[in-house]
Amino acid sequence: MNTSRLAAMARHPLALPLIALIVLLVVNRAFNATFFHIESKDGHLFGSLIDILNRASPLALVALGMTPVIATRGVDVSVGAVVAICAAVAAVLIGGQMHVENGVEVYVSNVPMPLAILAALAVGLICGLWNGTLVSVVGMQPIIATLILMVAGRGIAQLLTSGQIITIYYQPYFFLGAGYLFGLPFSLFIVAAVLLLLWLLTQRTALGLFITAIGINPVASYFAGVKARAITLWVFGFCGLTAAMAGLMISSNVKSADGNNAGLLMELDAILAVTLGGTSLGGGKFSLIGTVIGALIIQTLTYTTWSLGVPPEANLVVKAVVVFIVCVTQSDQLRQWLVRKPLEA
Amino acid sequence: MTTATASAAVPILTMTGICKSFPGVRALHDVTFRLFAGEVHTIMGQNGAGKSTLIKVLTGVHPTDAGQITLNGTALTIDTPRSAEAAGIRTVYQEVNLCPNLSVAENIYIGNLPQKNGRIDWQTLNAAAARLLSGLALQIDVTRPLDSYPIAIQQMVAIARALSTEAQILILDEPTSSLDEDEVQRLFNLLRQLKARGMAILFVTHFLAQTYAISDRITVLRNGELEGEYLTGDLPQLKLIHKMVGREIDVDSLTQPQAAQMAQPGATFISTHGMGHKGTVHDLDLEIHAGEVLGLGGLLGSGRTETARLLFGVDRCDSGAVSINGHSARFNSPRDAIKHGIGYCPEDRKKEGIVAELSVRENIILALQARRGLFRFLSRKRQDAIANEYIKALGIKTPDAEQPIGLLSGGNQQKALLARWLATEPGMLILDEPTRGIDVAAKLEIMDQVLALCRKGLAILFISSEMGEVVRVSHRIAVLRDREKIGELDAGQADERAVFHMIAGGGA
Repeated sequence: MNTSRLAAMARHPLALPLIALIVLLVVNRAFNATFFHIESKDGHLFGSLIDILNRASPLALVALGMTPVIATRGVDVSVGAVVAICAAVAAVLIGGQMHVENGVEVYVSNVPMPLAILAALAVGLICGLWNGTLVSVVGMQPIIATLILMVAGRGIAQLLTSGQIITIYYQPYFFLGAGYLFGLPFSLFIVAAVLLLLWLLTQRTALGLFITAIGINPVASYFAGVKARAITLWVFGFCGLTAAMAGLMISSNVKSADGNNAGLLMELDAILAVTLGGTSLGGGKFSLIGTVIGALIIQTLTYTTWSLGVPPEANLVVKAVVVFIVCVTQSDQLRQWLVRKPLEA
Repeated sequence: MTTATASAAVPILTMTGICKSFPGVRALHDVTFRLFAGEVHTIMGQNGAGKSTLIKVLTGVHPTDAGQITLNGTALTIDTPRSAEAAGIRTVYQEVNLCPNLSVAENIYIGNLPQKNGRIDWQTLNAAAARLLSGLALQIDVTRPLDSYPIAIQQMVAIARALSTEAQILILDEPTSSLDEDEVQRLFNLLRQLKARGMAILFVTHFLAQTYAISDRITVLRNGELEGEYLTGDLPQLKLIHKMVGREIDVDSLTQPQAAQMAQPGATFISTHGMGHKGTVHDLDLEIHAGEVLGLGGLLGSGRTETARLLFGVDRCDSGAVSINGHSARFNSPRDAIKHGIGYCPEDRKKEGIVAELSVRENIILALQARRGLFRFLSRKRQDAIANEYIKALGIKTPDAEQPIGLLSGGNQQKALLARWLATEPGMLILDEPTRGIDVAAKLEIMDQVLALCRKGLAILFISSEMGEVVRVSHRIAVLRDREKIGELDAGQADERAVFHMIAGGGA
């Protein structure tokens, strides 16, 4: 491979996030010889990598929903609260008890599970549309508009669960967050499906063009006849929907819903994942794959601090330092500075 | 160069041989400007004549390349806003740049608040502010926040701030653009008072009537050079306009009417009756036919862009009726206008036209795709075909269709915007200042495109502050003044002189 092709690859927007992820993985391998090992037990794949993928799924979902929001110059800081609300809705509706009838375990949910899941998704969509209405119809600044639900949403979640942690006793529901399909965690298929859907919508319809145009120049897009309002509204709606999916996945995984802590600070991780993936907070061009890589970087980082035995109290500091380094290497100023230096020398 | 006749007095400030260039542009060349104590002096000139550059030189925003400034007979170096201020030169800008959430008194003395025992002395502050304002015949509660007062009062507070420290020269940069008639009178009364106190005032405005109402002396700039300095009484309006526009009126062949020699226009595409929007334009009757260019003539602020925005649905009509191809129509958004076959190349190309980081291809297909909706997505092959077709047809100079449009020159951006609308196969195009900020060759190309489109049967509304261009491309010219249509001229009878004559009040 000649140098110009190499240089072109290095300039690709995904190059830096990918390198960051690979470096993190290699660091892990250096400290843990079995890090890359994947083994099959009972037809299920196990291993550190699978674990990271699985645990990154809720964050990846939320971050995927956040990507178009940020691309249209918005931001949604209520996604963590929406995760908690939707987890609570599902937990309250399913609840569940286990009976032993004739020596066989029988699971009973309060309402049929598909209905509970649909209800939780609908609530997430409504939350997102509420945010979208405040931004596109009322004209509030996105961060303020979604701050309302960020604060109120935790309250709503706690009201739904009466301030308790609701435990779910309904075996089939656990498949969502902990089940396996074709040897892989089921959550991976959900992320893949959302990624595919978003990719199709943004590449095979004009949505990607419109979102990017609105993010770069909302006035010019409006003057060109782009339905900027409707698109903004639905982009927020979709973001609420993916937060609901993440809420279902998390509550299914931990078999409970905690109005206080479910999805806590997830909005910040999601925004970070989007940014790490190369989408500018200023709006415009966005990368869905980049966002998934961003979510993987964050989860790998968390995994690394655990496995390296970083004391829990130092955890956030280490995370902050790595995030700082990744963000700084993405800055244009630094790149220009690095490029200029050799010329002067 | 003409010099004012009766100037027995000695100027307080003299600028001589001022030159200023920006990359690729000679903004000022050998300009002389004088300010006299107790006079209001107005600088006039077309867009790009160098008015604002001259003011920025005087206020220290742009250091000069060459030339001297003397104040009270001593040479003065003004290289920063701070040094201008130190010399007693105060500026009030077009947009009020005060803090709306602070009190009036705080705004006047901000950065210079009276203190007692390390704390702000509110009593002294408020008393001083009230005294200063009452000196300007303004009795208001100085402890209330600034934004509780109308813009005119805010404007006067801005002037009061400028006067709160020793000032000899007051520069007002288009202070009246957001004021109504009464507020303008109020401001003028204040200026007369300041004049009586011996202050030298430099007043910048685009409104001819205001120039004649307030100023004692007029300096005319043209193309960055001094055209002359006149006492207001010696310079009738029509003469002033001719000085501003210059001799190119007669000499330049560019301005020969072209449209008149073309085929007769077809059926009426759009007609408006009594169309208006509160605060912008009122009672507008316009009619544009297929295959016809209607030019909008008028000075800045006469309502040209406002008319375009109404016709494109950016602002909603609150009176009158619009009909398209004989059917009545109502636009609540640009989308509605686009559906009726209207395209709009806005005056502010960067802010309202191009999507800078998207490619030329994406910019060209944007309006067409927006009209088709989300799901009837143009295939990449169609997109490429459309983009390349227009790049070739309009001669857009770009390495390829994938170049971000922001990297093209202004003229090529403008052509790409034309292409955006042509791709939607419109019935009418509104072109607001399509030639602004682009070089002469590109201007000609754009105008030729306009005429070619017209020949193909498009209705075109052409807006330009360069009257020569309007005369050149238009079949008819609707002349606007003070946000009203005051008449229409046919291409055959119209030349720049006739248009300006009408604007100056001579009638058709």
